[in-house]
Order: sequence, then C-alpha cells, then structure tokens
Amino acid sequence: MNLIEDLTTNPGITRALPEAITDTLLMVSVSGLFTLAIGLPLGIFLYTSAPGGLRPMPVTNRIVSDIIVNITRSIPFAILMISLIPLARVITGSSIGPLAACVSLTIGTVPFFARLVETALRDVNSGKIDAALVMGSTRMQIVSKVLVPEALPGLVAALTTTLVTLVGYSAMAGLTGGGGLGQLAYNYGFQRFDTLVMLVTIVLMVILVQAIQWIGDGVSRRVDHRSAATAGRKARRHEPKAAV
Amino acid sequence: MITVSDLRKVYRQGSREIVALDGVSLQVPKGSIHGIVGHSGAGKSTLVRCLTLLDAPTSGTVSINGAELSSAHDADLRAARRRIGMIFQHANLMDSRTAAQNVAHPLEIVRTPKNSIRAKAAELLKLVGLEGFEDAYPSQLSGGQKQRVGIARALASDPDVLLCDEPTSALDPKTTEEILVLIKELTERLQLTVLVITHEMHVIKRICDSVSLLEGGRVVEHGPLREVAADLGSNLSRTLLPLPAAEPLGTGVVLEILFSGDSASAPILSTAARKFDLDLNVLAGSVESLADVQFGHLRIQLPEGADPEPVVGYLRGQGVSVKVAGKEAA
Repeated sequence: MNLIEDLTTNPGITRALPEAITDTLLMVSVSGLFTLAIGLPLGIFLYTSAPGGLRPMPVTNRIVSDIIVNITRSIPFAILMISLIPLARVITGSSIGPLAACVSLTIGTVPFFARLVETALRDVNSGKIDAALVMGSTRMQIVSKVLVPEALPGLVAALTTTLVTLVGYSAMAGLTGGGGLGQLAYNYGFQRFDTLVMLVTIVLMVILVQAIQWIGDGVSRRVDHRSAATAGRKARRHEPKAAV
Repeated sequence: MITVSDLRKVYRQGSREIVALDGVSLQVPKGSIHGIVGHSGAGKSTLVRCLTLLDAPTSGTVSINGAELSSAHDADLRAARRRIGMIFQHANLMDSRTAAQNVAHPLEIVRTPKNSIRAKAAELLKLVGLEGFEDAYPSQLSGGQKQRVGIARALASDPDVLLCDEPTSALDPKTTEEILVLIKELTERLQLTVLVITHEMHVIKRICDSVSLLEGGRVVEHGPLREVAADLGSNLSRTLLPLPAAEPLGTGVVLEILFSGDSASAPILSTAARKFDLDLNVLAGSVESLADVQFGHLRIQLPEGADPEPVVGYLRGQGVSVKVAGKEAA
C-alpha cells in the first residue's frame, strides 16, 4: 500500500522521527524532574507560610504568590520561552537543543505545579495535623509524615497534569529550536507541507499524553487508601471480630 | 495530675474582642477521670486547643505533673506534648498508614528503634482489642475500630495524661458504651489522668469521677460527681438526674426530692405516707447509680389540702433534699 510505503521511505519519518521522539522524552523527563524538585518544596512553602499555616510568613508568602501568578497567568509560555533564551545559554551553554529548552520549560511549569501541590496539601484534614502536633512532631515531621503521605494521591495527580502540560509546552519549545516532535511537525508538516509527518506526530503526541495520564491515574489509585474500595485491593479485607 | 489556672482566651475579630475562655481553673488528680460538659459555644473546643497549646492562651497556665506547658517553646513544648495522649472526635488517623503504622507514628517521631516500634504497636492494638488488625487501613475499619486505633496511638508515648475531645460524639450508642468501658479500664490499669470534654451527659455519668460545667467560657459548677448530683436544684444535678415534664394533678403541693446513698435504699416515701396517713403521688422520677452511688430524684405530689410542712421536715430529717416546687393554689 502507498501509506505503508510512505511510512517506510519518508525521510521525515525514518530519519528525523526517532531523534524527535527522544528529544521530546528528554525534554519532558528532565524538566519534569526539575519541576518536581523545585515545585514540590515551593508548593509546601506556599502552604505552610500562608496565614494560619504551620509557620505563617504573610509577607514572603504574598510576594512568592504574586510572582507565581504573574508567571503563569500574565506571560504566555511562548513569550516566556523566548525571553529566557539568554538564561538558557548561561545555564546550558547553548540556546538551542532540548536541554536548553528544559530551562524555560522548568521555569514555566514550576509555578503551575507548585500551585497544584498547594491545593493538594490543603485537602489534608487539619485534624490530622493537630493530631501530629499533639504527638510532639516538629514542622519537618509534619511535612514528611503527614502532609506529603496524606496528600500523595493528589500530588501524583498534580504531577500527571504537569507532565501532560509539559508535553504541550515541549512542542512549543520546538518552534524556537528545542527539537522534538513539535519541531518535526513544524519543519516537515508546516514548512514542507508533509501531511504524513504531521499526522504521525499528532498520533504520537496523543499516545504519549494518554500513556502519561494512564500511568499517573494508576499510581494515584495505588497510593490512595482513603476509601475502602481502593484500599481493599492491596490488603485483605478485615472482618470485624469481637471488637467494634 | 493536670492543673489549669485562670486560663483566658480572647480572640480579636476586627475591633471586637471575643472572650472564649474567661478564667477557667481546674485540677484533675492522678488516676481520675474529669469531665467537662457544656453546650456548643461554651468554650469546650477552645479549652481543648489551649490545653494542648494548639492555640496559645491569652493568659493563665496549664501544667501537667508540675511541668508548665504554657510557657514552653519549640523543643520543650514538643517534649511536654509527648506527655499528653489525645483522642479526637473523628479519630484523626492517617489514611495512608495502616492501624499498626498509625500507632507507631508517635514512636517514629522520637526515633524509637524499628523492632521495638513493631512490638509496641502490636501490644497496644491488642490492649484496645484490635489484635489481627495491624495491616488494616482506616478506611477498612468501622468508626469504633478507628477510635480504638486512636486510643492505642494516644497511649503509644506512655503519656501521663489522656485528653479526650468528644471521644464518642460520632459513634452509635452501643459503640459509645464499648469505647467508654475501654477508656475507664485503661485509666485504672495505666493510672492515667483523664480529661474528657463532651456535650453528652451520658459520658459523664458513665465514666467520670468529677465534672465541671462550662458556660460562656467559665466553669459555673464543678465538683465530684456524687456531690454535684446530690445538690438539688443545680444545673448539673438537673441534667444528671433529669425529670420528664409532668403536669401536676389537681392542686396538691408538689415536692421535688433527691436522695442518695443509704436513704435511696430505705423505703422513705412509703414510711412517710404511713406516718402522716397521706396518699403520695409520684409524678416523675429518675433513679440512677452515679459514681457507684445510688441516686433518686422524684417529683411527688401531696393530696389536696395536706400541709407539706411536717412531711418536708420528716424527709429532711432522713437526709433527703426537698424543694417545694409549687404552692397550693388559694
């Protein structure tokens, strides 16, 4: 068939596609990792420093919140990305390529992820924090033994959403020389009118997003012990005996 | 022993000041259970939060076994809190931890070796009757079982004091009974000092040795259960030994009488009826055993035209509290 033949002979697919896939995966995983490493503590800080939090710091909290809101809401990612090219050159030594793109990707998604982390932590019942405080927990112990484990299903869901966003952002980063599937679609699909490459790219992006969502949902469910239905999947059911 | 003296908590709401606690003082001796009752808004929740320093009191002190909590900070406060075990209305267990891991939580934060944690958690779960439930998550447990895990967790740090904040208010009557029996048993076995905050009079009747009535941020009545119950006409006595409302029959004098201990077992009423040759009518009554003492609270009516004076005098002579409730209509 013509399509099969096209798929196996089109240089956009046979030569450029494998590299584009690795570049996209590299961008998503590296910036995902940095987003997690920076965004999680930042989200925890936003939660604990809020008025009425574990260690209220109203002024600092306000300032950090404002910066975050401005990065996520006021500046479109495409603009942020271009404006961060000099910074990327300083950090990675190059203004193009997937690693350079990771700088703007990370800075673009950290505020987004930090907000999601903060929201997930807010869902932890304050009674649990009281219980841990009365046990004599330090603030660090509250964070590590109560907040993060209790909010884990929400945190996993937040990371999933962030990774999916990163797939989209990484495609945009391709337009400014980041490489990856976005650049492939742009160079071949748009500039060379190669519809086949365009279609293949779209299908791959959909598969990638689906895979991330599917894995994320699975992990989130596995770490969720809040309802009997999900908790029962791992541990055996406990029938009440003498005790009530 | 818990000593609270002159505890005040004032919240500021804009320019308005809201006095939640207005000079609360109380003492609970070692090995006894003290109850604090009050309606919602009386300041119970504020008191609990101030006792554990979850909220800083505006003034006043809280001390446990002589160690003052209210002036402690950071490390000292954390150390002092470890002397307190606390039970919450909704157990407040960690959903991500199994029953055994929840009990282990207070031990983990003081870095107890893993082996002894496991042994202690199993032992505590056995103590509260949850042997074999080590690996169950809270979502797999019933309300009563969760509260048992909460109790085991509260006891994990070998506290001197057990603070119970509405421990049974979310449980059904049967489970309530079982949890109360457990608290009472543990208090005796471990020589704990227990403070129970509740709005349920039933809890006070069932397990408390002494009681304070909180109203508008003040302790308005307090004392050992048998003394406050015997105080005819007091708010606590009225709620401990409640009488249903009953319309008097005709116009005879209505007496409210309260007897306790020995006089509760003697046939005083029929003796009085025979002695004065009167037909006594019991309108309402409540007979109960509180703190191992038998109490009777009755509303009786004399026949029309009968003179209440000699009857009242006789009953008082027998150690019965009497109140003339309604005078005979002219």
